[in-house]
Amino acid sequence: MSHAHEQAAGHGSVKSYVIGFVLSVVLTAIPFWMVMDGGFGRQATLAGIFTLAIVQILVHLKFFLHLDFTKDGRLNSFSFLFTALIIVMLVGLSIWIITTADALMMR
Amino acid sequence: MNSYVEHAHGAHDEQHDHHDSDKQTLLGFWLYLMTDCILFATAFAAYAVLYRNIATGPAGHEIFELPYVAIETAALLLSSITYGFAMIAGYRGNKSAVLGWLAVTFVCGAVFIGMEVNEFHHLIAEGHGPQVSAFLSAFFGLVGLHGLHVTAGLIWMAVMMIEVARRGLGSVTMLRLNCLSLFWHFLDIVWICVFTVVYLKGAM
Repeated sequence: MSHAHEQAAGHGSVKSYVIGFVLSVVLTAIPFWMVMDGGFGRQATLAGIFTLAIVQILVHLKFFLHLDFTKDGRLNSFSFLFTALIIVMLVGLSIWIITTADALMMR
Repeated sequence: MNSYVEHAHGAHDEQHDHHDSDKQTLLGFWLYLMTDCILFATAFAAYAVLYRNIATGPAGHEIFELPYVAIETAALLLSSITYGFAMIAGYRGNKSAVLGWLAVTFVCGAVFIGMEVNEFHHLIAEGHGPQVSAFLSAFFGLVGLHGLHVTAGLIWMAVMMIEVARRGLGSVTMLRLNCLSLFWHFLDIVWICVFTVVYLKGAM
């Protein structure tokens, strides 16, 4: 009994998968609707779709990939956070460098 | 008495070791996925710096069809929860349910890949192939990279279905199903970035 409970906690239950799925459907539908409707301003739509994407990624990490900060899951979570840092630097700095170079070329 | 205790202790250790090595395998596979994340990040970075350079070709909003992409996304999201159900059935030792859910997951993934190949075929047939502009090169590179990963996942899933059918749900098979679970859900997360950065932002 306690064994079954332990497995459910570590690997997700039907309930947690359904919750994750419903959340991700909502978090997918809203940005598609925002862009297809087109009634929002450009800045608001951009902010909306990127914010919702980040929230949806967190939902997937929690409900589908079962990342957590318990003793067992800590290494996975920290390696993900480190990777996220590298990705932010890689993508952010690339965009910064190239847009700056573009701007300088125009002069 | 003493030897019995020692034996019991040894058996416990063995089980413990086995559990530990499973955890290490999963951590190792997770670290591979993190390096794969960085591979995708480089493709996203290339797309982000190149997407304005459309040369004589079309811009994103001229070629992206959001309702079509929404159906692709639905197929992939659905495949995530059905894979989750396959894992739950696996922990309950229900072999036929595992095979059923894996089959449903496979079909969803195949629908996604079929739609993506169809989209690529249409674009190339209309003269919007990857050689036209830097934007289209980066688009085909990034979306194609994700598509190749999903295809690899489908092949892996087909192999796992054969393994489960033949050998049942032993601990090694469950460990492999667990790795594929990480891979499959990871690709879903990459797709969230793709539809947001490429399709939604591009269609605006």
